[in-house]
Amino acid sequence: MNDAQRSETKAGAPGEGAIIEITDLHKWYGEFHVLNGISLTVLTGERIVICGPSGSGKSTLIRCINRLEEHQVGRIVVNGTELTKDIKNVEKVRAEVGMVFQHFNLFPHLTVLDNLTLGPIWVRKTPKKEAEEEAMMYLEKVHIAEQAKKFPGQLSGGQQQRVAIARSLCMKPKVMLFDEPTSALDPEMVKEVLDVMISLAEEGMTMLVVTHEMGFAKSVAHRVMFMDFGQIVEQNTPTEFFANPQHDRTKLFLSQILE
Amino acid sequence: MSESIPTTETMKPPRTRVGALGWVRDNLFNTWYNSLLTLATLALLAKLAPPLFKWVFVDSLWFSSAEACHDVDGACWSIIPANIRFIIFGFFPQDQQWRPLLAMILLLVLVFYSKDRRHWTRFLAWLWPVGLAVMGTLMHGGIFGLSVVETNQWSGLPLTLMLALFGMFAAYPLGVLLALGRRSRMPAIKSLCVVYIEMIRGVPLISLLFMSSVMFPLFLPEGITFDKVLRAQVAIIMFTAAYIAEVVRGGLQAMPRGQYEAAESLGLAYNQTMRLIILPQALKIVIPPSVGILISAFKDTSLVVIIALYDVLKTTKVTLSNPKWAGFSTEAYIFLAVLYFVCCYAMSSYSRKLEKALHTGR
Repeated sequence: MNDAQRSETKAGAPGEGAIIEITDLHKWYGEFHVLNGISLTVLTGERIVICGPSGSGKSTLIRCINRLEEHQVGRIVVNGTELTKDIKNVEKVRAEVGMVFQHFNLFPHLTVLDNLTLGPIWVRKTPKKEAEEEAMMYLEKVHIAEQAKKFPGQLSGGQQQRVAIARSLCMKPKVMLFDEPTSALDPEMVKEVLDVMISLAEEGMTMLVVTHEMGFAKSVAHRVMFMDFGQIVEQNTPTEFFANPQHDRTKLFLSQILE
Repeated sequence: MSESIPTTETMKPPRTRVGALGWVRDNLFNTWYNSLLTLATLALLAKLAPPLFKWVFVDSLWFSSAEACHDVDGACWSIIPANIRFIIFGFFPQDQQWRPLLAMILLLVLVFYSKDRRHWTRFLAWLWPVGLAVMGTLMHGGIFGLSVVETNQWSGLPLTLMLALFGMFAAYPLGVLLALGRRSRMPAIKSLCVVYIEMIRGVPLISLLFMSSVMFPLFLPEGITFDKVLRAQVAIIMFTAAYIAEVVRGGLQAMPRGQYEAAESLGLAYNQTMRLIILPQALKIVIPPSVGILISAFKDTSLVVIIALYDVLKTTKVTLSNPKWAGFSTEAYIFLAVLYFVCCYAMSSYSRKLEKALHTGR
C-alpha cells in the first residue's frame, strides 16, 4: 500500500481482479424463494456491507459463498474455483474464505489457542509449533493474547468474537465473511469487535459484512448493498447510499434503523 | 465517594443456618411431617440395625468348617474362603490357577494406570492391545511351555471380566460408528444402521445368546466350529453396541449446528470435523447414559449361564449345590453382590470424575 492510496479517504482501494463472482443466483427453502437472481462481483480488497430487513436473504447470500448453504441455480466462483457438488472444490474454497458467525461458534472443548491452531494444523498441515506462534501473533492483534490458555466459556462475548475473528485469520483467508458479528453482543462489547474489524479493513482484507452497524458501513465500506425479498435492491458508495437512497424500500429501511 | 456506594464486603450467613445443627433443623425437622418421618426412620433403624450387626459381625464365623457353621446363629462367611478358588477360577485347572490370577492383576494394573488422563497417550493405545494379548496368552497357553487350557474351562471371575471388558471396549467404538451411520446422508448406510439397531434392540440378550450358541452353528459348514466363549462375546458386543449407538446419537443431536458450520468453514473434512470437533463434545455429553449402559452390560454378562458358560455367578451356584454348604446361599450371594457393586461403583464414580475433569466452563 503506497502513500497515494493511504491518502484516500479509506485505506486500501479495491484492486483490479474479481475474487468472487456470483451470477444469477437462486435459492429456495422449500417453496420460499430466498435468493432471487443475485449477481455480484467482489473485487480483491473490496469491502461490502450488506443490510436489509430480516428474511431478506442477506445471511443466506454470504453463507452460499462458502457453501454452508447450497444454491440451486446460478454460479458462484471464488478465487477461480467454482462451487459445485464436488466436495474437494468446496473444501478448497472454505480454506480460502474466513467466516465469522453471529454466535461465535468457538469450539468449547478446546482452549483458545487450540481453537486457532486447529485449522492450520489439520487443513494447511502447518507444523504445530509454527501454527502456535502464528496463532499467538493473531491473538495479539485482536488484543487477547493473555487469554490463550483459557476455554471459550470463560470469556466474555466480545472476547469470544475477537477469538473467532483470529481463528479465521489463522487460515490466512483471501476473503472474510461476517454474518451479523455484533448482533449477539452486549452493547458495551460491540466497539471492541468493530475496532478489530476496522483494523482488518485497514490492512486491505476483502470483506463482506452483514450488519446493521451503519457507522461501520459509513467509515469502512467501499460499497453498501440493500437487500429485500432475495434481491439486491440498491447498491452504492456509502456517502451516496445514506445521503441519496433511490428506492422507497431503502428509504423506509434506513428511516427505521437510523431513526 | 466510596461512602455512597454499597460495600461489597462479604456478609456471613446467620448462625442458626450453618453447621450440623442448622443442617439437621433445615432438613430433618423443618416441617411436622418431616419430623415425624425422621423419628419413624430412627425407630426402624434402632429395631433393625443391632440384630443385623450381630448377624454380620458378632455371631458370625469367618474361617471355620461347614459343620461349625450349623451351630451358630450368625452369618457363615466361611463359605467364601473355603470355596474361594472355585468361585473365582471355576474349572480352570487347579495347578494352573496362577495364570488367570496374574492376568487379572495385570488387568487391574492396566486399568489403574489408564485412570489418569495424563497417561492417555499413543503409548497407552499400544499398551492395551499388548496387555490384552499377554492376558490371552496367559489364559490360553500353548506357548512358552504353558499347557493349553481350552476356553470351555475358562470360568468364574476371569470369564466375567473378560466378557464384560471386551464387550465394553469393542461395543463402544462400534456403537459410535453405528450412530454416525444412522445420521449419514447415504441412504444405504443409514438404513443398514437403522435396521441393525432396531433389530438388536427389539430382541432380549438371552435370545441373542441362544441364537449365537444354538442357531449360529447350524449355518456353518460341517467341521467348522467357532469357540463358544467367542460366540457369546460377539453376542454381547452386538447387543451393547446397539444401545450405545442410540445414546451417542442423542449426544450428536444435542450438538448445535453452529459447531458443524464453524468446522466446515475452516475447511475441515467430514472425518476431521467428527473426530476433532463433534465427537469429543457429543461423547462428553453422553458420559452418564453410556456408563449406565456399560454397567448394565457388565451385569448382563451373568446371563451366559443359560448357554452353559460358568461365570462367577454360576460358579457360586455350583458351590451352593454342594450339600455341605447348601444352607448358606445368603452369605454367598451377599459376597457376590459386594463384588459386583465394587466394580459397578468404581465405574460410575470414575465417570463422574471424568465428567468433572472434562468440564470446560459454560
